[in-house]
Amino acid sequence: MVVRYLGAEVQRMEDPRLLTGHGRYVDDITMAGMLEAAFLRAPLAHAKIRSIDTSRAEALEGVHRVFTHADFGEKYSHRMNQLYPAPVIEQNKTQYPLAKDEVCFVGETVAVVVADSRAIAEDALALIDVDYEALPAVVDIRTALEDGAPLAHADATSNLMGKMRSKFGDIEDAFGKADHVFSAGFMQHRGGCHSMETRGVIAKDDPWGDGLTLWTSAQSPYLIRRALATWLGESEERIRVVAPDVGGGFGPKAGFYPEEIAICLVARLMETPVKWIEDRREHFVSTTTQRDQYWDLEVACTSEGKILGLRGNITHENGAYIPYGILLPNSSLTPLPGAYSIAAIDVGVDIVFTNTIANSPVRGAGRPCGIYAVERMIQLVSRKLGIDPAEVRRRNYVRPDQMPYETGATLRGGAKCVYDSGDYEALLEKALELSDYNSFKERQATARAEGRYLGIGVSSCIEDTGMGPYEGTTVRVESSGKVAVRTGAASQGQGHHTMIAMLVAENLGVSPEDIMFESADTSKFPHGVGTIGSRVAANVGPSAFDAAKKVREKALKLAAEVLEASEADLDIEDGVVRVNGAPDLSITLGELAIQLSPASALRVPAGFDPLLEATSYDGSSGSPIACGSNVAEVEVDPGTGEVKVLRYSVAHDCGVMINPMIVHGQIVGGVVHGIGNALFERMIYDDQGQPLTMNYGEYLLPLASEMPRVDVTHMETPSPLNSLGVKGAGEGGTIPAAAAIVAAIENALEEFSVEIDYYPVDPQYLTELIDKGAAQAAE
Amino acid sequence: MADTRDIEVTVNGKSHTANVETRTSLGDFLRHGLGLTGTHMGCEHGVCGACTVMVDGEAVRSCLMLAVQANGQEVTTVEGLADEDGTLHPLQEAFWKHHGLQCGFCTPGMLTSLAAFLRDNPDPSEREVREAISGNICRCTGYQGIVDAALDAAKTMQGS
Repeated sequence: MVVRYLGAEVQRMEDPRLLTGHGRYVDDITMAGMLEAAFLRAPLAHAKIRSIDTSRAEALEGVHRVFTHADFGEKYSHRMNQLYPAPVIEQNKTQYPLAKDEVCFVGETVAVVVADSRAIAEDALALIDVDYEALPAVVDIRTALEDGAPLAHADATSNLMGKMRSKFGDIEDAFGKADHVFSAGFMQHRGGCHSMETRGVIAKDDPWGDGLTLWTSAQSPYLIRRALATWLGESEERIRVVAPDVGGGFGPKAGFYPEEIAICLVARLMETPVKWIEDRREHFVSTTTQRDQYWDLEVACTSEGKILGLRGNITHENGAYIPYGILLPNSSLTPLPGAYSIAAIDVGVDIVFTNTIANSPVRGAGRPCGIYAVERMIQLVSRKLGIDPAEVRRRNYVRPDQMPYETGATLRGGAKCVYDSGDYEALLEKALELSDYNSFKERQATARAEGRYLGIGVSSCIEDTGMGPYEGTTVRVESSGKVAVRTGAASQGQGHHTMIAMLVAENLGVSPEDIMFESADTSKFPHGVGTIGSRVAANVGPSAFDAAKKVREKALKLAAEVLEASEADLDIEDGVVRVNGAPDLSITLGELAIQLSPASALRVPAGFDPLLEATSYDGSSGSPIACGSNVAEVEVDPGTGEVKVLRYSVAHDCGVMINPMIVHGQIVGGVVHGIGNALFERMIYDDQGQPLTMNYGEYLLPLASEMPRVDVTHMETPSPLNSLGVKGAGEGGTIPAAAAIVAAIENALEEFSVEIDYYPVDPQYLTELIDKGAAQAAE
Repeated sequence: MADTRDIEVTVNGKSHTANVETRTSLGDFLRHGLGLTGTHMGCEHGVCGACTVMVDGEAVRSCLMLAVQANGQEVTTVEGLADEDGTLHPLQEAFWKHHGLQCGFCTPGMLTSLAAFLRDNPDPSEREVREAISGNICRCTGYQGIVDAALDAAKTMQGS
């Protein structure tokens, strides 16, 4: 009887270590002679640096050195490279590892102190004298493109970073033949990642030995290795980047940061290992966030609620620099038309510089914004035409018989956006059933009789997951019979070790406990891409499965020779190859591995390559499209504006689930992140670019006491794009959440005619809308 | 010169004497002074709860307490929850079973907070568990696995 792991709720292999306090995060690593660093950061959003005097800081006992831009020398005096060049970028603004003569956001790195301890390094920061000449700052993207607006960079021609457009179908025809055209404008704000572990790096340079090594709390170690090699003008082979245990990433840890260069330079120039750990205050100003988008949209539809076209414009906040190309605005556009068949779309984006921390993807990237926009327009059509929102969705979904469905949009790599599989209407029905949608009106009426305001909101989404090009896995059986499995993909808590161990165990006939898993260390595997865009399961998964299959085939072929049996009669169970019907005839995988790695003067059996090992880069041939429908049920207190989420129901389809327990965790965690976006999380700057929400009393994250129990049900529509039929699951909980919550709030407050044009929906804003609605009703 | 004091602290049953700076937090002392890196510093302003340890049995944020204040007291960190033979604490078992952790960074604080809470509230409701961990932020799980784990562990601990 063969043990099956694929689809089983295997408890995570990672957990015993993490549960007993034996994880190994960057700050847990220490080494002989290691010094600690702290960064001096710009206190102004925009200023010229006239001069920097570090002499008082350098005189402090325990301080080893203080570096400014000039101290790095001519060789290291250039700006950071653009990771994702794109023709759209009209003004390519990247920062220096330490600011040269201009700072463009509060938090920009200005100097770095290296001392015996972090505490002393921080003491010294206060002793650095910087003479700044304040320059006007630009903060509000709605006015940043007007004539006379202050420029975010002194040498910029305007605050426009670039423009993009998603245009397909005959938009004029769609609007010309529509029975109705409705319009809406709304702002979307998404905050930062707020991983519980902040960023942090240790660098060690050993030019006569191992070269440059960087331990960093990151999602994309190979991207960092390449960026470092490019910036330094050195070989990738002499640079090792390791992401050890990482305490959450959620997007902003997928990039490349000035501190990652600066700490490498400091370690190199001082010839000693140096550690820098971001503190939480720094996290608010130095880790990239997502923030504001203003949308103005028009929807063309028939009287029956069939949507014909969508057009409009987005103003997208970029922040001061471009660390991440156009990934964020691009991923806001590509989800249009959402889960619906909309023949014509014409939506543009203006990408605008401000004097704030650079923007980068946060869980879902632009997808939650694109989906929110489509869902808001569905909601608008429903309200204007008086058709139930679930019914408007039914009338517009892409149907299973239309799959594969080419939307007309183009993905970032240039491929057409094609929905590969799924039954969106069936998924909606599952969500409605799970949420008792049909009996909601009774619940609402009962509550209303008690003076309570309940509302329900529906939201559907698609998610392009599993983007290429690939990830890879090597599987090697060692002499002990244990199996070494290596991949490049970094984990920030998604359970990659468990998932990959399950896939290898499934094919190889070993127990997941026999698998020695290593990942995210550039010295252990030749190349990897990154843990972004829900891409690991659909890329690493097939590669691990395929590599294990190849090892199995090799083991069976060799065992057949050794045991003088037919391969068809062999099976592998618990690491032992046995002949069916002859239980005494067997050989272990370890013994086979030794035959392929014999001692000196012995030979590898004829017809075999050395090592019981295989590597595969099998992945997905396109982006598998996951989908979900969510139903939120809320109670709103019109007096205080407090919103309580009473119930939250999810029907999700990420294809075949490798480990449903892990998928469930991703969905629930993602939903709660989305509820945080909808109700709580807001990074506020004043009009001079000073951040005002700098701690967790001011910037609110979702807490256990405010969160509902999330009910989840699944469909498993296999993706035809990879060998496992899997689709990504990391962001599908977050993407539709804000739209469901906002629709539910509006539904609860129908008698006040509340139309929400902004999220997060905080109590102050909501009570203002309620008061306005009540006043209008009284007139 | 740095202002220092000699302290004697018992951590996970083992006595330690040390000369510490008066400004060093208990959390930094445990991590960097004793090498017990299971206690994590998440926000260092007392909101996220990742650094929670038990001091004389009470859940305490080790970022808000100075190492010198722990002089003469008994501290239990996440490393001290399991039995000496490696048998996991019922909360650790339950977190494992219910997928109560993803990245694992908030986990030590969740475990120590809940260990103190369940000792005083052996049969809590879901609402009470949610309130009990409302001072511990988890960005990964959405809390559901943690709540399920705590309720399950409470049952186990009552049965034993």
